[in-house]
Amino acid sequence: MLNQLTISELVAKLAKREVSSRVATQACLDQIQRVDGRIRAFISYDAANALAQADAADQAIAGGATHAERPLLGVPVAIKDVIAVKGQPLNCASKILGNFVSPYDATVIEKLKAAGAVVFGRLNMDEYAMGSSTENSAFQVTRNPWDTTRVPGGSSGGSAAAVAADECIAALGSDTGGSIRQPAALCGCVGMKPSYGRVSRYGLVAYASSLDQIGCFGKEVGDAATVLEVLSGVDPRDSTSVPQPVPHFAAGLAGNIKGLKLGLPKEYMIGGLEPEVKAAVDKAVKQLEKLGAEILEISLPHTDYAVATYYIIATAEASANLARFDGIRYGARVDGADPMELYGKTRGAGFGAEVKRRIILGTYVLSSGYYDAYYLRAQKVRTLIRNDFLKAFEKVDVIVTPTSPAVAWKLGEMADDPLQMYLMDIFTISCNLAGICGISVPCGFTQKPKLPIGLQLLGKPFGEEMILKVAHAYEQSTGWHREKPPGNG
Amino acid sequence: MDYEPVIGLETHVQLKTKSKMWCGCANAFGAPPNTNVCPVCLGLPGVLPVANEEALRLTALTGLLLNCTVSRHAKFDRKNYFYPDMPKNYQITQYDKPSTMNGSVEFEFGAGMARVRITRAHLEEDVGKNFHFDRTSGVDFNRAGVPLMEIVSEPDLTSADMAYEYLNALKDILVYGGVSDCDMEKGMVRCDVNVSVRPRGRKELGAKIEIKNMNSFSGVRRALEYEIPRQIETLEKGGKLIQSTRRWDDVAAVTEEMRTKEHAHDYRYFPEPDLMPFQPTAAWLQEVSRRVVELPLARKQRFMRDYQLPASDAQTFVWDAALGNYFEGIAKQAKNPKAAANWVINNLRAKLAESGVALGDLKFQPGAILELIELVDSGKISGKIAQDVFAETFATGDAPARIVEKKSLAQVSDTGAIEKFCEQAIMANPGPAADYRAGKMAALNFLKGQVMKLSKGKANPALVGEVLERKLKG
Repeated sequence: MLNQLTISELVAKLAKREVSSRVATQACLDQIQRVDGRIRAFISYDAANALAQADAADQAIAGGATHAERPLLGVPVAIKDVIAVKGQPLNCASKILGNFVSPYDATVIEKLKAAGAVVFGRLNMDEYAMGSSTENSAFQVTRNPWDTTRVPGGSSGGSAAAVAADECIAALGSDTGGSIRQPAALCGCVGMKPSYGRVSRYGLVAYASSLDQIGCFGKEVGDAATVLEVLSGVDPRDSTSVPQPVPHFAAGLAGNIKGLKLGLPKEYMIGGLEPEVKAAVDKAVKQLEKLGAEILEISLPHTDYAVATYYIIATAEASANLARFDGIRYGARVDGADPMELYGKTRGAGFGAEVKRRIILGTYVLSSGYYDAYYLRAQKVRTLIRNDFLKAFEKVDVIVTPTSPAVAWKLGEMADDPLQMYLMDIFTISCNLAGICGISVPCGFTQKPKLPIGLQLLGKPFGEEMILKVAHAYEQSTGWHREKPPGNG
Repeated sequence: MDYEPVIGLETHVQLKTKSKMWCGCANAFGAPPNTNVCPVCLGLPGVLPVANEEALRLTALTGLLLNCTVSRHAKFDRKNYFYPDMPKNYQITQYDKPSTMNGSVEFEFGAGMARVRITRAHLEEDVGKNFHFDRTSGVDFNRAGVPLMEIVSEPDLTSADMAYEYLNALKDILVYGGVSDCDMEKGMVRCDVNVSVRPRGRKELGAKIEIKNMNSFSGVRRALEYEIPRQIETLEKGGKLIQSTRRWDDVAAVTEEMRTKEHAHDYRYFPEPDLMPFQPTAAWLQEVSRRVVELPLARKQRFMRDYQLPASDAQTFVWDAALGNYFEGIAKQAKNPKAAANWVINNLRAKLAESGVALGDLKFQPGAILELIELVDSGKISGKIAQDVFAETFATGDAPARIVEKKSLAQVSDTGAIEKFCEQAIMANPGPAADYRAGKMAALNFLKGQVMKLSKGKANPALVGEVLERKLKG
């Protein structure tokens, strides 16, 4: 079925005119019809608009356009509800944006469109990307395609679930502390978080500006490479994007990984790690060794402080970033006698509990008299964490860790324990603090029930080529990524 | 007890840029509401700011004009507070690493000079404007995101008049440097006033009272003229002043308390993560320094010194810099720069105003004015004729000497001819002639006028006077 194809498989068929983009797009829409009542990955989608884009792609192909020029021509790519698409709703899975429709395209959306992608759908997420389970959505709870009584991870749970359930070919997400890699691990797909500055954030509704990056989900590493290449590059509209040359990521995948040095951080082998996760990661490390990589133990001494540091910096930035949702210019409004009352009522009714918790926390850590003790200190620790990584990367090419200490947990299991939930990000969070890149690839399953396990590979700043290459070599030698959830059809 | 006021000013100035601070929207006054807006300056979800480099240049330039240090490492911060005119509910500003700091402004005050230290000049963004209708309110975001520079003075001001003069001097400098048009009518300059009083001679400052959002210099002066005695009176009556914020009611001419220190905002400043720190290179600073102009005061002093002009003429050439430049273009060759200044200020400026012609579009060469002065000084034409010649030069571009020749306007200094005119005048006006002889000196002027009329203005007035007197007395 066309919706199950990878980008490279679909593109080959489109290029040969074996299939049309319309048929491929329709196959995705049919799959949504079939499974999304269970999975609930999509908050909404505009089928007519998607098919019109598909038709345009088919016309372009008929007119001689090639995938060398437009690498995603005719490929359906679904979008997390935190990235602005002109003419489509933009809700961040929150009630507060009401019926807001974006009047502009995010830079990544412009790039996807320029590359010919069929950009469609609004994928569910934790409200404002705050959460690790997608249970914090104001709209719906997304289920894990491998077991619909379990969470898909988060915050980009809709993106991961949609790709795993073959409801789209690829998807965009955003990653502030693991929001792409962790749900990719929990849903059994590939999730790529680029280095900070690699991809423009213009049009990504900010949660924590210094940590947020847009990334992508795919069914194999090659797809992540193809989409990443389209997304990457300096953007004059984002001052934090970096003028680094963009490599031809897909072309860089080939070749062996003999002699590459892979580091295992000793601090990551913690007590809370589930035994089956540990076993799968150990096995993956052996596999990498078999492929010729050299395994070294490394140390990231400030690991213990990462979660605390993250929750100070991220919430501080969020407290300001989310201030604009006030009911004055757009979104839902609850009236009040004066502006202050209007703000209080609008935001009280519009934001969910986790968002409020983080705004309050962020407001607190920036308050007069506390700034030095919290925010300033956290920034200093952040530098130490980054230095840990830069030092480690003097010895090794790639760092290997589990993506998540646990596999997908039951819906509601941690809903009342935010702190426990925060700790689920322990392996992914440092990557954002350090501004480096990371990818999660499937590395096996638990026995009973059968749930995906993810392997995380972390690379140097702007070292995406290297981690993609290692991830690809591993993936091709194991084939875990080819396993499909039950019920995919 | 004798009290002294201590005053510091925070002056907000809109910068003269084509576009806004973070987006490409026009920085223009007077457009219909919410027409100069885009996703960025409306604070829509997902947008990011990109700093306007010209605004950074103008801020650095201001630093140079105000004798400040221009920082090699400036950064932007977020100042958090909620208000409907503020799209993001935080203002991007510069908190602890401003673009420029530690400068001073010198200006004429009273009989002498005053110097006010500048703490800093930093860059931030303007907010929108609230409008209140019968039952609703609205916000115009055209102004939101317009680059705004805040110039903070040290509390070096000691009177309402001094504050007023400081603001005018500051304005002159900014207009001069091309930093801002400082058009008060368009709200381009706004001011927060910090004022306290203390017993004269005491070191510690009194409770600081801030008067917010003043939008005219005279308003600042009036507010201070009210507020300083109010504070002194409060203390003299045994009352206590507490740190607070007040607003100026221009109609009632009083200040009113808005909030006290306990209710002060906690702005929760933190570094703006969407912008990189601004670290200008030496080449960039060099480029900016090429835009430094001579300050108004220095120019005035130089004009007075180099061209022996009175203060009023020099001031005219400061206020109208283009006219001053025009004057300078001829003054260096002028034997009598003061005469040249008179021509430029009295005649040229009036003609320009009357005709609407721009200084750059003049038909005649600047040297024509010197030529004209020479014609007068040498007695070739009278001052009065010179006016007519100038009018013609202005209109046609013809050189004054050519006009004089063409129209035979040369002054008649031939005594014989003048004697004839004088005799005619005396004959025709026996009454005034008799008056003069009877001691009425003023009658002479009347007769002189008649002679000039007969000579069609060409008679040399000095000679006419001499001849008339001789004939009447004789």
